[in-house]
Amino acid sequence: MLNTLKNRFEQGYRTSTYPKKTVELVPRYRGRPQVHKNAPSDLVVKCAAACPQDAIDIDRKLINMGRCVFCGICERISEGRFISFTRDFGYSVAEKDHLLTDGEIPSLADHARQHFKKLFGRSLQLRQVSAAGCNACEADLNVLATPFFDLARFGINFVASPRHSDGIVVTGPISRNMKTALLQTYEAVPDPKVVIAVGSCSISGGPFRGSPEITEGLDSLLPVDLYIPGCPSHPMANLHAFLKFFK
Amino acid sequence: MDTDFLEISNGQALSREQIPHLTFDDFQKNAMKIVWGGGKIVQYFGYADNSIVKLMAVLRTDKLLVAGCDAPDEYPSFSNKCEPFQLFEREIAEQFGIVPKYHPWLKMVRYHPNSQGKKDVFGNDYTEDIPGNYPYYSVEGDEIHEVAVGPVHAGIIEPGHFRFNCIGERVLHLEIQLGYQHRGIENLILKADSKRLPIIIEGIAGDTTVANGVSFAQAVEALTSIQTDQGSRIIRIIGLELERIANHVGDLGALSGDVAFLPPANYCGRMRGDFLNMSLLICGNRMGKGLVRPGGVRFSIDDEISRELMRRINELEPQVEHVIDLIFSTSSVRARFEDCGIVSTSDANHLGLVGPAGRACGLPYDARRTFATEYYPGIDIPENAKTTGDVYARAKMRAEEILQSISIIKSLLKDTIETNCVDSEVFNLPSSSFVVTVNEAWRGELSHCIITDAEGKILRYKIKDPSFHNWNGLAMSLRNTEISDFPLNNKSYNLSYCGFDL
Ligand code: SF4
Ligand code: SF4
Repeated sequence: MLNTLKNRFEQGYRTSTYPKKTVELVPRYRGRPQVHKNAPSDLVVKCAAACPQDAIDIDRKLINMGRCVFCGICERISEGRFISFTRDFGYSVAEKDHLLTDGEIPSLADHARQHFKKLFGRSLQLRQVSAAGCNACEADLNVLATPFFDLARFGINFVASPRHSDGIVVTGPISRNMKTALLQTYEAVPDPKVVIAVGSCSISGGPFRGSPEITEGLDSLLPVDLYIPGCPSHPMANLHAFLKFFK
Repeated sequence: MDTDFLEISNGQALSREQIPHLTFDDFQKNAMKIVWGGGKIVQYFGYADNSIVKLMAVLRTDKLLVAGCDAPDEYPSFSNKCEPFQLFEREIAEQFGIVPKYHPWLKMVRYHPNSQGKKDVFGNDYTEDIPGNYPYYSVEGDEIHEVAVGPVHAGIIEPGHFRFNCIGERVLHLEIQLGYQHRGIENLILKADSKRLPIIIEGIAGDTTVANGVSFAQAVEALTSIQTDQGSRIIRIIGLELERIANHVGDLGALSGDVAFLPPANYCGRMRGDFLNMSLLICGNRMGKGLVRPGGVRFSIDDEISRELMRRINELEPQVEHVIDLIFSTSSVRARFEDCGIVSTSDANHLGLVGPAGRACGLPYDARRTFATEYYPGIDIPENAKTTGDVYARAKMRAEEILQSISIIKSLLKDTIETNCVDSEVFNLPSSSFVVTVNEAWRGELSHCIITDAEGKILRYKIKDPSFHNWNGLAMSLRNTEISDFPLNNKSYNLSYCGFDL
């Protein structure tokens, strides 16, 4: 008993005060990309050629956050002159078009579906479906239940049954072998329901695009309401998106 | 040992001509002899060379041994006489349509058509997209009932199907069907642009990002004779050990949660995050994605970061120690952990369990000792082994490894780490070459193998996650165990679905 109390005392109080106070991530964290439009075209071409995800639109000088894995190679190659990564984790979007960006990302709160705010703003139950995710996106969602993030204090919970949930959160590139299970889970959620795509995989196929075993984009199967890019998306990005979209 | 297999070292590049190409009969005889003599299978796979299907095996004693042969269309199964081959033979049957006749348990592995357009060995119709669509092993009798779990599970975890045959609460048999996570990675690698490879490799299993990255990088470095500097070798080990700690800490918390002792569940959840945040500090990604590339690492650990890492570790170490002490000194925890889900040393040996799961059953093998790479030759890794093979041993194993890994990292941070960072170097692989790498990922032995063709293109990229060996260990743990102890046993292994499914 004494041991239990001693540990409790040593562990202290760990829950962050976010969103009242913002959270500063470390310098090497790569959040919202910023495109510098005045970069010379040859530099843009060079970055695009090296980008493992072919996520750079050369002509329009834009970056496709749905494909990007935030590896930072473009930033290194251009020494930040074409693309630089900010520490801002508030880069999630409600419209697919907004994924293709120069870094000026429309406010998520303004584009959130108002009827969802009304319905789920005080209580939101979500069912997570891992559809061939690599377990990193899953882990960084799971972590929202730990004391630092403490998702439950916002009235948001991950639940076991789709029938008890208000929507699904999908990770992974939706393998052929998971497609049926995913669609059945979606069917089992009562209307009206929300669909959230987390990670490069579920948005675009991510690292696995081009494989015949996967689906390139959850939105080809289901109507997606909220896109959270990343590989994986940082838990703060997930938390930010949930709060802006539903609160 | 007198054998026709060739002795090689870990990460040694060979031209394919150097590898003994035996007749199938000799191949089979030699392979079985090595395994009967206590050898283990590191890799055994098929590959298509100019539309001829060939087989390649890498076995291990205290050495690595390799040989290949042409694959017959069908052959009398090795597994019939030597079970450790069973899953490998099924994989070859699924990927290349080669039939192992009289195989004791010829069922699909990941549910996908073979790459050769041959008749499906399992008689599956792949327009029906459900891997679980297959007659499960079933026990019959009045009191018997079956429980089906998954693919979609109650928590935020990957998909897989578990089928229990029970008598009352007691599990007689657990059959595990995977394949839901199959993304076709091995085939995708063959056609993907080489700039994509590191990203694909890091997506094999996100919780094993660094170990996969290292296994890939070592293979490419061996083939292209790229040298890495000492600093990058040290940073790779720091990355690997952080990965080990984060996963073990998380699992200890989950185990504690599963026996309803909640304080450590919360503490471990938080501390796991603190270790992931150290990876974030180093490379900007909590999972270590982007850290390792052929030629070295992409991110340095300069003195400032090194000091910060040291500060965080020094602060966490006593907390970790105390929470571990709390878990293992609580009698209600011990009552649930001890004698639960026992796998005997001889069963573990037979199944070829690796990593902490194997060590918990008295198999001391640790690739960091036996096939040391990177900076491991300069580090003293203790010989860890327990003998009870229960949840307690698996948990205790993890706890000890956490503390060992912490002290490894601390010792590596003592001196300044100098390295020249690499980025996305383009590399051209040599023609007709072969390499196999072996590393101790946090779950155990991870191996990558590359074979190139006459043009230097990758002809075969074979990945073997430690879970490939260990899923059967979980099934074995469940024999005669209460079904309510399944989550506990499952967490004690915490095997990879995506690493297995590829
Ligand atoms: S950070 Fe994104 S856009 Fe830049 S190279 Fe990597 S994947 Fe491409
Ligand atoms: S987006 Fe990246 S981290 Fe997420 S599941 Fe896909 S590969 Fe893993």
